[in-house]
Amino acid sequence: MGEKLYAITEGLQDTPMHYCPGCHHGVIHRLVAEVITEMGLLDKTILVEPVGCSVFAHNYFKVDAVQAAHGRAPAVATGVKRVRPDAVVFTYQGDGDLAAIGCAEIVHAAMRGERFTTIFVNNAIYGMTGGQMAPTTLEGQVTTTSPDGRKVSHAGAPIRMPEMLATLDGAKYAARVAVNTPANIKKAKAAIKEAFSCQLRGDGFSIVEVLSACPTGWGMTPVAADQFIGERMVQRFPLGVIKAEVEADGT
Amino acid sequence: MVEKVLMKGNEAIGEAALRAGCRYYFAYPITPQSELPEFMARELPKRGGVFLQAESEIASVNMVYGAAACGARAMTSSSSPGFSLKQEGISYLAAAELPCLLVNVQRGGPGLGTILPGQADYFQATKGGGHGDYRLLVLAPDSVQEMYDFTLLGFALADQYRMPALLLADGALGQMMEAVKLEGEPKPAPDKPWAVAGRRGREKLNVVQTLALDRDELEAHNRALQDKYALVRRNEVRYEALQTEDADLVLVAYGISARVAKSAMAKARAKGLKVGVFRPITLFPFPEEALFALAKQTNAFLVAEMSCGQMLEDVERVTCCQKPVHFYGRTGGHLTNVEELLERIEQIMAGKAVR
Repeated sequence: MGEKLYAITEGLQDTPMHYCPGCHHGVIHRLVAEVITEMGLLDKTILVEPVGCSVFAHNYFKVDAVQAAHGRAPAVATGVKRVRPDAVVFTYQGDGDLAAIGCAEIVHAAMRGERFTTIFVNNAIYGMTGGQMAPTTLEGQVTTTSPDGRKVSHAGAPIRMPEMLATLDGAKYAARVAVNTPANIKKAKAAIKEAFSCQLRGDGFSIVEVLSACPTGWGMTPVAADQFIGERMVQRFPLGVIKAEVEADGT
Repeated sequence: MVEKVLMKGNEAIGEAALRAGCRYYFAYPITPQSELPEFMARELPKRGGVFLQAESEIASVNMVYGAAACGARAMTSSSSPGFSLKQEGISYLAAAELPCLLVNVQRGGPGLGTILPGQADYFQATKGGGHGDYRLLVLAPDSVQEMYDFTLLGFALADQYRMPALLLADGALGQMMEAVKLEGEPKPAPDKPWAVAGRRGREKLNVVQTLALDRDELEAHNRALQDKYALVRRNEVRYEALQTEDADLVLVAYGISARVAKSAMAKARAKGLKVGVFRPITLFPFPEEALFALAKQTNAFLVAEMSCGQMLEDVERVTCCQKPVHFYGRTGGHLTNVEELLERIEQIMAGKAVR
């Protein structure tokens, strides 16, 4: 008998996912679930899920969950964490949810230094509604609502959320990662772990942006979508830790 | 002896909320309800509670959503323009069957309107307000005492039926001072096994959600909500009827306008005019049967409210054209006025009123 090298993590439910082929949500779910499981937090974690493709994340994570209105996850998570300060709370939000309609909520949650973690999945498009332009859509990128490509003179330049949030004192950890290569997946997991550690220390708000493929919305094969992230997205959205502040009394 | 304290209506709500065990209040400033968040900002931290001023009404109602999902007694308050902003969150609260207390200290509208009192949010309060088929349990106080009493009641009913309760007040009630008896035992919050907490050893996951892409599932959910509202209609109708037994004309008014109606009734009675007052206390459930029955014994109704005729439509609806329904309304921040109301009463009873 061979050795079992790969198994589903305890943090995920053993069920097929509804995500499209080549979509990165599955990988990101798995990384978050692995981190929560390995840190021993599974029993006290609460997920606040968004509106968008990951609206059914509660079907996959093996944790209690609250489904928020579009963009309001940081406000809902604030209510959750204020009532249950001993719980580990994370929001899981897409770019339309977090960077467009929920911009005020994420900015003020970060400003207050809310002690929850945000996993920000940036695939530069509104996936669930059929591939419309997002605040993070790249210049020139064709979407159903930017059929001639995003024009900066008309729609502005793509927004860099972690950099913006890192300017706020309440935000203690901010990083951008990708999951398009095995090496990047490893770094992504490390960053997610850092973000949850930041929450556990009680330092303040933590966010990890994950560049994510949407082959369906982008009209690409999964392989081409991974290449698009490595060649195009990272130019506008550079990978790395943007801010990592540990409070003086932290461990 | 029960303590009697002179206090503002807005503060009476806060005092009662503390007594009801509410420890989470999410605020956004707006006139004329700001005394309530200010009171809570002072008092909640002393009792180990959380007062949090949000970035918007939208955020504050969603914070209530998160807190209520955790099983806490939580509340938010606003006034008309701000309360409009909360409607999205209220639809979600109703859909997710999360108990909480909402307060709208109404001012005149539409738009930014005025900071002066109004009663023009009746449609919004009683007919849904946000999207989808849902109702709130709507309590309409007409005194500072009732601001206190109905806050206690609102939390209890919200928990009992797992739905948001709305205290629909107005700027006059919020701002005026009256003596309040700080009595009435709050119903303790029931167990909430559905609340999210993190699993803590529980095998089953607790999920608070409102999306149902399966049409049968969503229709079943809507039917269940409607069954609950039917139960509320059967069990929770509250109203006050004053001298309606022999009344030729019944004034129908809620909130501060009911106080005006009671004064006008006294003056009319002094003139020998047989006038009564019917005051809906629950605006949802609306006292339909009581008003329908009253239509059989009285000759006419006169609805008085600080709007262009909103509760009027419900009175017309439930009395089924049995008797004429007249209307007297003021807007713009004007209160309904005893003398004007009396004049209308006299016109109607002299057979001179044009509907």
